[in-house]
Amino acid sequence: MQYRLTTPVTREDLASLRAGDTVLLSGTVYTARDAAHQRMMDLLDRGEPLPFPADGAAVYYVGPTPERPGEVIGSAGPTTSGRMDAYSPRLLDLGLKIMIGKGKRSQAVKDAVVRNGAVYLAALGGAGALMASSVKSLEMICWEDLGCEAVRRLEVEDFPLTVILDAHGGDLYESGPAAYLETVQKASAPLR
Amino acid sequence: MKTISAAALTETVAQLCVQANTHLPPDVVSALERARRSEPWPLARETLDLLWDNLELAEQKNLPICQDTGMACVFVELGQEVRIEGNFEEAVHEGVRRGYGEGYLRKSIVADPLRRANTGDNTPAAITLRLVPGDQCTVTVAPKGFGSENMSRLGMLKPADGVEGVKKFVVETVRLAGSNPCPPTVLGIGIGGSFDKVAALAKHALLRPLDTPHPDPFYASLEQELLEEINALGVGPQGFGGKTTCLGLAIETAPTHVAGLPVAVNVSCHVTRRATAQL
Repeated sequence: MQYRLTTPVTREDLASLRAGDTVLLSGTVYTARDAAHQRMMDLLDRGEPLPFPADGAAVYYVGPTPERPGEVIGSAGPTTSGRMDAYSPRLLDLGLKIMIGKGKRSQAVKDAVVRNGAVYLAALGGAGALMASSVKSLEMICWEDLGCEAVRRLEVEDFPLTVILDAHGGDLYESGPAAYLETVQKASAPLR
Repeated sequence: MKTISAAALTETVAQLCVQANTHLPPDVVSALERARRSEPWPLARETLDLLWDNLELAEQKNLPICQDTGMACVFVELGQEVRIEGNFEEAVHEGVRRGYGEGYLRKSIVADPLRRANTGDNTPAAITLRLVPGDQCTVTVAPKGFGSENMSRLGMLKPADGVEGVKKFVVETVRLAGSNPCPPTVLGIGIGGSFDKVAALAKHALLRPLDTPHPDPFYASLEQELLEEINALGVGPQGFGGKTTCLGLAIETAPTHVAGLPVAVNVSCHVTRRATAQL
């Protein structure tokens, strides 16, 4: 199934999504990766607010290439999400609903996704030019000193994503390869 | 004695940084095209088509193929009859500085592994220098992304583990990596040497074009067997499932100690980049 979603989203908006579905996402997406996540945790530890409202928000693990003059953004594919596993459950518990990246997540993240009715979506790894073409605007909102790791507010239109973890415990990284292998095994089974 | 100026070396490195990040080598493009045609699983085929679209878009819009424009791994084969006028290493670093700046490439290098301040210009380059006979200077820039680099592994196997042990280690590396290194991957495999040499062999193996098998038939057939075993894992493009988990792999070997069997797997992705020029 393909779904169209616009941020911010609610638990109800995401309830019908299943691992393997595709999503065309529009609206605001915030970028953050390793260093920005560490700083967000420091803010929370000090009781200070996050640089963006977490409730219903989407965060994209990306460090884009610098934009050429007159361009909105450079190349902007996902980075490996697993490096954010230590931080994600805390953000999900604060209302973050969509994480966008690539690669496996920990059991703690999977549990937090289910607990909060959130989703983890994959962007196409290594397809930075393609992912960039859905980005309509970019605004630096904080921590410019982090360079490619600074937090940016992106407006995206029909950002093409695939559901990896759904709110019901589904995981495409397990079910996808298993489904493929099952058809291969059936095809090679001797005929009776 | 032939003289090459540091400025010429800088200029070449700068151009190669930009070229490598915007244009895939023809052998990697062909491997991706072959994979699209032979992939039986629908979601996998759609995914490979999108990776193809990305290559075309990068070319049209003059954008880097991947936003991780990598650590600049620079391999120089320097003829013994060449004299570099100026500071060789600084000339290479300056080429990286210029290429990554003027090419709008991402600056991904931190000066210190624990204190982690970004150097701001993607320097220093990771330079591998080899002296060779003759009066040519061959420069290859192979930018390396770390999504795949982080999935690389090194094992000090026992001689008794033999070919089967090596195969098991390589296949296990791909299985453990799963979706993380942006499959379909390309693998550089080092066997033999010492702890440090085997990793260098694996990195260097990534420079061999995917359509060129190992010259020794024994290792050429091992490469083929490994590729088949890996593509039976089912990981598929992006880890969504499918046949195409690995586009190709290359083995490099070196003599080793009677007591050891080092093996290293340097994992790379479908955006395996390299550009070469001769001075």
